[in-house]
Amino acid sequence: MRLLDWRIKNNVMRIVEIKRVKPENPHVKTIFFRDESCSLAEPGQFIMIWIPGVDEIPLSLSYTSQDGLSSVTVARVGEATRALTSLKTGDLIGVRGPFGSGFKIAGESALIIGGGTGMAPLMMLIDKLVEKGIEATIIEGAENVNKLIFMDRLKDLSESKGVNILFTTEDGSYGSKGLATELAEKMLRQRRFNIIYTCGPERMIRRAYELANLYSTDFQASLERYMRCAIGICGSCVIGRYRVCRDGPVFDAVKIKDIEKYLGKLKYNERGEIVPI
Amino acid sequence: MSESASFHNLRIQIAGLNMQNPTMLASGILGVSAETLKAVAEAGAGAVVTKSIGLKPSSGYPNPTVIQVECGFLNAVGLPNPGIHKFVKEIRKLRDIGVPIIVSVFGFSPEEYAETSSLAIEAGASAIELNLSCPHVKGTGAEIGQDPNMVKLMVKSVKDRIDKPVFAKLTPNIAHITELAEAAASAGADAITAINTVKAMAIDVETFKPILANKFGGLSGAAIKPIAVRCVYEIYDAVNVPIIGCGGIRNWRDAVEFMLAGASAVQIGSAIAFEGFSIFRSICDGIETYLKRKGFRSVSEIIGLAHKK
Repeated sequence: MRLLDWRIKNNVMRIVEIKRVKPENPHVKTIFFRDESCSLAEPGQFIMIWIPGVDEIPLSLSYTSQDGLSSVTVARVGEATRALTSLKTGDLIGVRGPFGSGFKIAGESALIIGGGTGMAPLMMLIDKLVEKGIEATIIEGAENVNKLIFMDRLKDLSESKGVNILFTTEDGSYGSKGLATELAEKMLRQRRFNIIYTCGPERMIRRAYELANLYSTDFQASLERYMRCAIGICGSCVIGRYRVCRDGPVFDAVKIKDIEKYLGKLKYNERGEIVPI
Repeated sequence: MSESASFHNLRIQIAGLNMQNPTMLASGILGVSAETLKAVAEAGAGAVVTKSIGLKPSSGYPNPTVIQVECGFLNAVGLPNPGIHKFVKEIRKLRDIGVPIIVSVFGFSPEEYAETSSLAIEAGASAIELNLSCPHVKGTGAEIGQDPNMVKLMVKSVKDRIDKPVFAKLTPNIAHITELAEAAASAGADAITAINTVKAMAIDVETFKPILANKFGGLSGAAIKPIAVRCVYEIYDAVNVPIIGCGGIRNWRDAVEFMLAGASAVQIGSAIAFEGFSIFRSICDGIETYLKRKGFRSVSEIIGLAHKK
């Protein structure tokens, strides 16, 4: 009789040292660490980060490299993220993952719509699109200039690779004034894209989905829900019939159609109550 | 119409519930939303058990709540649930699920168990499984379930309130699980579910900290299967009510082992992380092939066969 292995390789927690902490803006930091499994992740996959003695939270990877370096980019919003963003080089965190299915590269021209820290998984995708020579137009939106992230990485791509990058802020403090999806619609009126990739506040994602339908464009979005096990058994992160940790976090247009009634409108909270988004 | 796997020789009846096959979704796994429970039924489960529901909403523990250990998972989720008054809406959405719906119930008093169970039945549950065994929440679960007198009290209070089947899910964290089974059966339990997770712990050596936010949790998966098989075997000898086996079942061979020990049905949880929802159908296929190979006409013929002298 063959004995079955009851370990999911990536799910075994590894304790890693923080190698570098890079402030992106007054609220957001990128935290670098070395982990082989994470460095092999595809864009859009996420990991669980344990802040010892505090909490464990899901975060998308925002950078990976072949030498094993990886990063997450995190905004200070609650107790766990406050603790995580206070950590320094040399501090220890636990990582599980990467988990879930990421963005699938499709088409020749891509429109990327990112809102706030939703840019994190998109940044890894952008690196891959550029590497593959796919034409990428990037719209990053935030409330104001202090909430924009990855400006140096994006400006660098714009200068060295000629990638079209547009910033937009709700108060007009940087780039154009307005929502990322408003700018996206302007672009879609002018020209065709094969696919829209998006991540950010879910109401923005919903609007981007509507635009994709309106302009007959393929669509992939990274979604987020309260998460516990990250391996598809606890049921905490369900949207309709899907589990974000296992069937997502990146969903294509076909799957999103199945969960339209929830998208940007309703979610199960940590108690399993349906609440508005 | 549900596409629950229907193999004529896999049909089983437990405490009056008709199941197309002896596989069930275990409590605590996936069962918060009606849509996921339906997906599990469509994937072939013979019945579904919901996450444990209490009278009042609860957020459970902070993370980490579910972690990997060498031979299974360690969890202390802390019974998060929306409370029965909200959960009845999910139960009502399950009218067309096509398989029995068993609502897992926990409480902090006999009245809470009874009230929650009664509301679940009113909303359409086919049966109740009493969580007398969660190893990581104060004042309920195993804290009640380790005392045979308390088990009796909880089972009786629920049996007095509802006229649908009541299962008692027992804890292995006790010297003699048969005492709990006898207490549950004497109070009128229609079936025994054995076992819940085994109380356990993991400590990270780099940071010197217990990993689970709650420090202690329940161990599931391969590590506890031999414990669970032993418990089922002992309970089969001790009481006359059907047993539902649970603990580390991942393939048809595990399922058959539990049935030979005395289980009439089996529950599947942790293994879904590895095998996905298709595990229900593949276990059924495997049992069916086994029955044919061994010359049995019905799955009921193998229940308790390991006890034959």
